[in-house]
Amino acid sequence: MEPERPLPRPITPETRPYWDGLKQGKLLLPKCAACRHVFFYPRVVCPRCHSRDLGWIESRGRGTLHSFAIAQQAFNPAFKVAPPYVLAMIELEEGPRMLSNLINVKPDPTAIACDMEVEVVFQKVADDVTLPLFQPARR
Amino acid sequence: MTTLRNAACIVGVDESDEIGILPGKSQLALHLEAVTNAVHDAGLTVADVDGIFTAGQHSPALLGEALGVTPRYVDGTSVGGCSFIIMVEHAVLALHHGLCDVAVVSHGESGRSQVGVTRTRDTSLSGQFEIPFGFGPASTYFSLITTRHMHEHGTTLEQWAQVAVSTRQWACLNPKARFREPITIADVLRSRPVVWPFNLLNVCLVTDGGGAVVLTRADRARDCAKTPVYVRGMGEATEHVSITQMHRLTFSEATRLSGERAFRTAGVASADFDHIMLYDAFTSGPPIMLESLGIAKPGEGVRFFEEGRSTPGGKLPINTNGGGLSYTHTGMYGIFPIIEATRQLRGECGPRQVPDCRLSLVNGMGGMLSAAGTLVLSSQP
Repeated sequence: MEPERPLPRPITPETRPYWDGLKQGKLLLPKCAACRHVFFYPRVVCPRCHSRDLGWIESRGRGTLHSFAIAQQAFNPAFKVAPPYVLAMIELEEGPRMLSNLINVKPDPTAIACDMEVEVVFQKVADDVTLPLFQPARR
Repeated sequence: MTTLRNAACIVGVDESDEIGILPGKSQLALHLEAVTNAVHDAGLTVADVDGIFTAGQHSPALLGEALGVTPRYVDGTSVGGCSFIIMVEHAVLALHHGLCDVAVVSHGESGRSQVGVTRTRDTSLSGQFEIPFGFGPASTYFSLITTRHMHEHGTTLEQWAQVAVSTRQWACLNPKARFREPITIADVLRSRPVVWPFNLLNVCLVTDGGGAVVLTRADRARDCAKTPVYVRGMGEATEHVSITQMHRLTFSEATRLSGERAFRTAGVASADFDHIMLYDAFTSGPPIMLESLGIAKPGEGVRFFEEGRSTPGGKLPINTNGGGLSYTHTGMYGIFPIIEATRQLRGECGPRQVPDCRLSLVNGMGGMLSAAGTLVLSSQP
């Protein structure tokens, strides 16, 4: 099965737990044990207090759509999802922001609004790669 | 910091022999042409150059080697397109302390035709957290900034389009500009959709070209070929690279810091400028820069581009070369607004000359408003 998207790479040692968590249907976020700051993307130093004492928490998978754009053309031959598709910046309720796609929604500016509530959808894209996508939250 | 005010001058500027779509010119050729042309504009020789400042794919050492120069001061600060604006500040510092006597800040890029280009970069962040979701070109990120601005401030697609319309009016007066036919708001809104809210005419060109700027200390500047342009104020800052790490999508902290220091070093206020150059990779960039610089109130940056204000004959001309939107944009555009501001302050712009131009602001960004460089340039000390 050829992947529909470019697979995330290169996976680095500090991000591997994040990617392993996704395979198990968990959205893990780094958390600093020293100052309790939750952040993303994973790195080896807390961006707030610079401690090396870091751990992980499991996100509830909820947040808001901080911003979005709608791709009208294909930019990358390896990204085979047909346009139009929604580029999304998600603000998770735990604090950090991440980029993703908004799916299960009409890819039209009239159907989407900044700050709308969203929830994670774990999408398997290859044998051992799962991506966190998001959809409008179902209450 | 005020000891640096007017310590150095821009004494030579030029582009490469040609700019535009140049499949017959290598990236290095464009760069070398720009340097030699700017040095000639200054009335100096390449042998006089002892400070080399450049970013992109050519290190200052490579440029020195190619020119047969052994610089005693080098700088390769690389934080995106504004790197050249930032390096003018570094050149002023180096000249002021006598670490070099003739500084050249320069650029060459075969952005469109990719002649002699390689790509090597750490992609571990974008490769994991951005590319798999269909992000990639700058437009996929800057669109997020634009959408959020529309949400928070009510800016409209028509207002962004006006930035392109106003900027094109200047390009019509610049013989070196790539596109020189006037456009309307309707033209922008009808142009090919790229990534909503951007259509093609909201996005900068992709061209090939080079540019260079020569500086000396102020006392030597008077011996050069043309009226010196004084570097009165300077600033720089960076905030982020990845857009998820930008504190507020609608406000550039890097620009705020860079602008504050430039204004303070220069001892000027925003009302003093006769002319402004703002790095326009996208129509939404310049208005947000004006807000981040404190020149416009939040949400009001687009008003500066309304008909009759930033346009030819208007009260505060902006992007008088036609900008990245209509004149040229090689990829790292920042050297070109410095060249245009210098020419305006010298009075050599002909049909697009801003009358009585004495004080100019040049503000550039790197990445997605990630880095900023700001210069205040003056025709008098």
